Parts: sequence; C-alpha cells; structure tokens
Amino acid sequence: MYTYIPNTPDDERQMLEAIGVSSIDELFKDIPENVKLNRELNLHPSMSELEVSRYLTKLAQKNKSINQMTCFLGAGAYDHYIPSIIGHITSKSEFYTSYTPYQPEVSQGTLRYIFEYQTLICNLTGMDVSNASLYDGGTAIAEAAFMAADITRRKQIIISKTVNPQYREILKTYAHLQNLEIVEVDEEGGVTNLEELREKLSDKTAAVIVQNPNFFGIIEDLKAIEEVTHSIKKTLLIASMNPISLGLLKKPSTLGVDIVVGEGQPLGVSLQFGGPYLGYIATKKEFMRKMPGRIVGETVDLDGNRGYVLTLQAREQHIRREKATSNICSNQGLNTLAAVVYLVSLGKKGLREVAIQSAQKAHYAFKQITKSGKYKPLFDKPFFMEFAVTSDLAPDKVSKALLDEDILGGYALEKDYPQYKNGILYAVTEKRTKEEIDKLSSVLEGII
Amino acid sequence: MRKYNKLVFELSRPGRKAYKLPKLDVEEVKLGEIIPSEYLSDEELDLPEVSEVDIIRHYTNLANLNYGVDTGFYPLGSCTMKYNPKINEDMAGLDGFKNIHPLQPEETVQGALRLMYELDQALCEISGMDKMTLQPAAGAHGELTGLALIKAYHENRGDTKRTKIIVPDSAHGTNPASAKVAGFDIIEIKSTEEGLVDVESLKAALNDEVAGLMLTNPNTLGLFEREIVEIAELVHEAGGLLYYDGANANAILGKVRPGDMGFDVVHFNLHKTFSTPHGGGGPGSGPVGVKKILMDYLPTPTVEKDGDRYYLNYDIPHSVGRMKDFYGHFGILVRAYTYILTMGKDGLNRISDMAVLNANYLASKLKAHYNLAKDTIYKHEFVMAGLIKSDLSEVTTLDVAKRLLDYGYHPPTIYFPLIVHEALMTEPTESESKETLDEFADILIKIAEEAKNQPELLKEAPHNTPVKRLDETTAARKPVLKYEG
Repeated sequence: MYTYIPNTPDDERQMLEAIGVSSIDELFKDIPENVKLNRELNLHPSMSELEVSRYLTKLAQKNKSINQMTCFLGAGAYDHYIPSIIGHITSKSEFYTSYTPYQPEVSQGTLRYIFEYQTLICNLTGMDVSNASLYDGGTAIAEAAFMAADITRRKQIIISKTVNPQYREILKTYAHLQNLEIVEVDEEGGVTNLEELREKLSDKTAAVIVQNPNFFGIIEDLKAIEEVTHSIKKTLLIASMNPISLGLLKKPSTLGVDIVVGEGQPLGVSLQFGGPYLGYIATKKEFMRKMPGRIVGETVDLDGNRGYVLTLQAREQHIRREKATSNICSNQGLNTLAAVVYLVSLGKKGLREVAIQSAQKAHYAFKQITKSGKYKPLFDKPFFMEFAVTSDLAPDKVSKALLDEDILGGYALEKDYPQYKNGILYAVTEKRTKEEIDKLSSVLEGII
Repeated sequence: MRKYNKLVFELSRPGRKAYKLPKLDVEEVKLGEIIPSEYLSDEELDLPEVSEVDIIRHYTNLANLNYGVDTGFYPLGSCTMKYNPKINEDMAGLDGFKNIHPLQPEETVQGALRLMYELDQALCEISGMDKMTLQPAAGAHGELTGLALIKAYHENRGDTKRTKIIVPDSAHGTNPASAKVAGFDIIEIKSTEEGLVDVESLKAALNDEVAGLMLTNPNTLGLFEREIVEIAELVHEAGGLLYYDGANANAILGKVRPGDMGFDVVHFNLHKTFSTPHGGGGPGSGPVGVKKILMDYLPTPTVEKDGDRYYLNYDIPHSVGRMKDFYGHFGILVRAYTYILTMGKDGLNRISDMAVLNANYLASKLKAHYNLAKDTIYKHEFVMAGLIKSDLSEVTTLDVAKRLLDYGYHPPTIYFPLIVHEALMTEPTESESKETLDEFADILIKIAEEAKNQPELLKEAPHNTPVKRLDETTAARKPVLKYEG
C-alpha cells in the first residue's frame, strides 16, 4: 500500500469485477505488446517519508543559502524581506490545491485575488489593464514583443543592450520562431544610446524595448526614449520595470510607455534558485484584447451579487486554438497571490519605504566601496539600488574572497559585456545593514 | 457561514499598516541628491492601507470561497488533479532550496544542481528519452520549447520547407496555439468514429512540408492510440518528427514509454503527473525530453555532471537559445523529485494501475445514464457525451456540471474535447478511493433523475455556492478588469 493511493486489494477485486475484467493487466491490453515496457523502471524503489526527507535535506545542505551568507547579488533576482504573512496565506490549501478557475462559482477566492492583483499592477504602473501574470520577467518581454508585432503589423523589434542579457536571449529565441527581426541598440556610459536608437528606428519598427532601472541599475531617461520612439508613428514603447522601483519613480503611464512588463519576484517571492517567479504585463485599454494570458473581470450573478470570472477568453487557446493571442494557458497563480499579499502588506507607505531604504543603502554602499579609489565607478549615472564598479582584480578572485567571509558578492559583467572586463554589479536591498555593508567594503578593500 | 464579498481595497483605512521596517541605519541623504527629481514621482502610491489582521481575515475568507483537491473530489479531465503530498511542500521549503540565488557560484549550489541532474535522469528513464531540459515553465511552454527544437532540427538540415505541424482534432487547445506561436501552419486531421487518429487522413496529410505531428497518447478521450507504431513510422518516413504531449502521462507510468513508441520529443506536466500543486492556475512546470538527434538543439543551460561536480552547461552547438529566465521552476522541480523518490519504480507503476482502474470503474457505473461507448477500455480518463435521453435536450452538460457543485463536487472538464457533443471529460486519478467514486457516481445518477423530473433544479443550479451562475457575457462585453473604488 502507498500513502497516496487509498484502494485496498479488496477494493481492487470488487472494482475489477464490476468492470468485468479479471486483472488490471487486462485494462492495458490496448497497448501494443511490442512497445510495452515489460520491465521495471530503472529507478529506486519507493521510500518512506523519513528516508526521502533525510536524503533531500542532505542535498539541500550542500547548498549555501542566503541565510548563511550576506547577499549583494541581484542582476534580476533580489533578496528583499518577505513578510511572514505571505507564506501563511499562500500555504492555504484551498488556494494551492485548486486549479485554474474554470468553475467560477467555487473559485471566487482565486478570481478575487487575481482581480486584486490586476488592480494593484494598474495602480502601480498607472496603466489601464493588467493580465493575471505571465511566467517571468524575460518571457513577459517576449510576449510583449509579439503583442506589439501583432498590433502594428510590423516585424522589427529594437531592444537596448542595457536590458537584462537573459531577457534579450529569450527575446531572440522567441523572435526567431516568428521571423521577427531583433535589432540591438548599444549602451553608452551605461544607458541606452539615444542617437543610435534614433538612427535604427524606422517605420518598420514595431516596438522599442528598454529596461528601467536598467541591467546596470541605472535609471534611464525614459521621457527622452519615449520621445524618440514615438517620433515614428505607431511604434510602441515597451518598458521592463522593477516593481519595487515604482515605489519612488514616476509611473510609466505618465511617461508615455505603451506596454509595461517586469519581473515580479521582488514582490514577496523567494529566490528558490531562479523560479518559479512571475512576470507582469500592463498596457493601455486600446490594446486590452491583444494581451496574452488569463484575465479576470467583474460581473454579477443571477441574484445580482458581485462576482468574478475569467474573461475576454476569445483571445485564448482553449477557445481560439491556433488563432489565440498566445499559447499560454496558465498564470503564476500562487506567486500572484504572494505579490498581492506583499503589496497590500506594505501598502501606500511601505512600498515607498522599501524603495527608499534600498536606494539609500545602495548609495551608502557605493560611497563606501569607491571611497579609497581601489574600486572605481563603472558609470557616472543616477542609479536605484544596483551599481557597477571595476578594479584591477579579476571578478573570480573577488567573489572567492567575499565567499570566504560569507558574503555573496555581485554579478561579473564580463560574460555579457566583454568591454567591462573586471566590472561587478552589486545589489543592495533594504535588508542589508550598515554593519554588513561596512564589512563588504572592508573585505573588498583587503583583497590583494 | 456568511457570504464574504469584499475586496481588499474596501478594507483600507488611512493610517493602518501591516509592516514595520528597521530604522534606516546608514546616513540618509536627500533623495533628490541621489536620483534626479525629474525621475521621482510626487504622487502618493495608490495602494491600500490595512492591518495584518485585516489581511489574514480577508484571505482566509477568500480561501473559504475556493474548492481544492484538499476540499474534495476534483475529476477535471486532462488536468490530473491528484493529491498534492505535503512533504513536497516541506522539501521545497528547506532553506538550502528555497533561499538560494540563481546566480550564486556553482560550488555553493551543488545540491540544487544534483537534484536537477537526478530529476533529469529519472524523467529520461520514465519517458524513454535521452536528455531533458527543465527550463519550460508549464505544459504549453514545454510545447513551445519542443516545437522550437523540431524547427531548429529541420532548419539545421537545410530542410526549410517544413512549415506545417499536424494536430488531431481531439488535441488540447494549446497544441495548435503553440504550433502557431512557434511559427508553423497547422493541419488538423479528423479522428475516426472511435476517437483515434485516422491513419488514412494522416497519410493524406503527410508530405515534405510537414515538420511533425503532435500527439497525446492516451488521447483526450482516454483512449490509447493502438496504431502508434504505424503512425510513428509514417511520420518518420515522411521526414517529420513526433511530439508527445505528456498531459495524459498518468496512465502509462512504467507501462509504456513515449520514447519506445517512437516519439522524438516529449513534455511532462509536473503539476499533473508528478503531483505538484496547480496553485489556482500555476506555477506549473513542463520539462521537455528529447532523443539523441535533438540534443544539440536544447536550450541553454542544461545540467551536467563531471566526476563528482555538477555544472550548468552553456556549450550546446546548435542550441535554440533560452526559453526562460534562469533554469526553470526549480521550486516545482524539488516537489516533483520528492514525489518520484517517494513513489519509486513500484509506486509509479501502481499510480497508473489505479488511475486506470478508477477511470474504468467509474465509467462502468455511469454507462447506463450517460452517453458512453459500451465496451471500451479507457486509460486514465473517459468522456461522456452528456445525458442519455435526448428528449431532455433542454438540460445541458453545463447544467449537470453546475448541479454537481450543489452536491459538493468539482465537475469534470466540460465541452472538451471539441469533437464530443456535450462532453464531460472525467479523470478520477489514483488518489480516490472506491467509496468516493461510488458516492460520485450515485450523485451523477441522481442528477440524471433530476434532469427527468425536475429539470428546473438543474437549469438554475448551483443553488448553494458562494455566488450563483455568473453573467460571463456582460463580463466580456463591458470588461471591468480592476477596482475603481
């Protein structure tokens, strides 16, 4: 007997009898003999919970967690504080053991928090509509690019090299599938080269994609980028934005951005080695019916009571099959809930405070690290909570010296930006203390 | 219970809060000195102000409006709503798995890489494939990845006219949608009367423009494609590749492997077959396995082993690129691997025994009351074509489904597959006991009686859910997609 399989041998016998077959094997007689496995799988036999737990705990202990190190690593995934309340709510099994809310009468819990999520994303970005979330920040960019190509009936996407290199790689992979042309615009001094953008833009361009704050942590001049982008009729501006930065930066809606996307991980989702996270996407009302993925809408029931349903489903694969706006048939459900609980926990004041503390601490760290001149700023531009420095030291050596002191150092830029050979990108969240930052700078100072 | 009908925004009161940060301990500089003021917002954030108690009560009340596998029987066909073991959650919550950064030095994440490597190997053994990518975020994303691989394979051989993908009319909606997103044209082929691939139609559709065939086996009718060997040969002879949609893999664990049936690329839904939670719509995970001929096209990175060291391999000669951030839904991978270890080779085999036994047993009990083929053997699911008496035409499958809600059950998948009129697609899974199936069958039979004697009871159902039937037409015509206050 197995813990998760309740039928007993006696049940089995009675059931076979009712079906009118003599053995379970008979139920598999429709599988041709010549392809049947006819041997045991070459796997371990079943194990007790204690054995499984012991084995996996041992594997987990081979990893060094950010609770055993002080984390100054970001580059797309951030160590913000996650309030206790989030785990307590997402571990309610009525939430996590349910499916996509196809039967709205018994799914009002899920539908309501998705509706709240859509509202929160709209309020944060200033945009008119949000969907119920996408896989992650990278695929959200690819989906937004497809959306822009569909809206404008154009095949060229321009993306700045200050966008997260992984996101650009995903975009290229997706774009190849639909023969979209990807044109990259170089960076200059850590920001998008506006002149080059102006030159490359044409009436073939469906969209310009930028990230703000960009991969180097620098705040781009979104207004200027918007003006250049919209100098071409119909071309759309897509901006990928860290949602925490929206605690203090201008709303993208006020800067003329057409589609806002981003990685929602900073909103209360654990780092867990890169996923699952969630991608958000929000846009103007006129593009609502071109959005990919699930969307929840408000309506009333037969008695006139307020209720919520999946809506605008005529865009989706289960109705439209190959004519759908996207093949996506899930959202990030539980992580959407985590983001909602994070945003309502922090609320009007808290998100701003997290953003400000992160910025203040990052600037303090920047000042400490660059004080002696051993580490020089790579760029001279305003940044949010990440900054890049360079030195004569190889990043590997720096990383190792920091690890020896239980510090998880920054991201080496060389792999993606060969011109910044010894450049390292550090992230500082509100979680870091002055003591930790001082230790980082003193260990850095001592590396020879 | 009172009917809870609030949104969190309606609980907001100025001045309430549910957080407290430590005091800023570094010297504070004026914000305008570090970030130019033209970049800074001067508006207040439009977020609610609530206390922690408000939040907990609100979401506890919302949870009470939901129905999950832990609430009761959830026989959604092709969704495999099996029990989500609790130890899976605990393992994913271990500090060494939950709190590691994806860009940490490899030597600090050897346990995580090893888990991914071992899961890769286990899934290869279960599917009969040679190598997996664990990157895809969901089933549909796995399909897109697999199709990208098929495309790259033909392109690399200079076989650029292969622009079409064949999909049976019984396929999941994601199949044609994914093929379209992957830049293919779709050829839909009809099923036979019985609901299997019509081999003659397939033959007629095959030519040198076909890149591949997407197939679910057992298919969405719960039927095993008996002619799979011939189908595979035909597709391969025509120069195409075979894609296995693993949505229905719960029927075949340890019985038959997609790789042995002739499939070249496979995706699994870890949130179906391998018990990770559906989470109200996600996150799922859709690893893709390939035969050797497609290994050089896999997305980067894959996880490899060199002696005792595990590492991320970015050196794949003809890689399609990258399908997603980092390495996939690692937290979901931990849960799935926990399940595979727990069940082992014997337990996985037993899962399919019981999933298939349960489906056939339930079907046998309902045959007299709902439209079902007489002597068919089903695999993990079966599809009823509505109630038997056609003179009850005013009672639809939707009414039956809504009435089931009154009796405390989640209904089967309805109106899918599209080729079955008034379809009720039912997948009990191995998690259910004979008593549960008996009770469910009794209720469905009772509903069939009600349909005869009190049809209005069904037309107006559900009667005792938190809300009644919702006006979906107005929702789509006049969309209200956010709270306006």
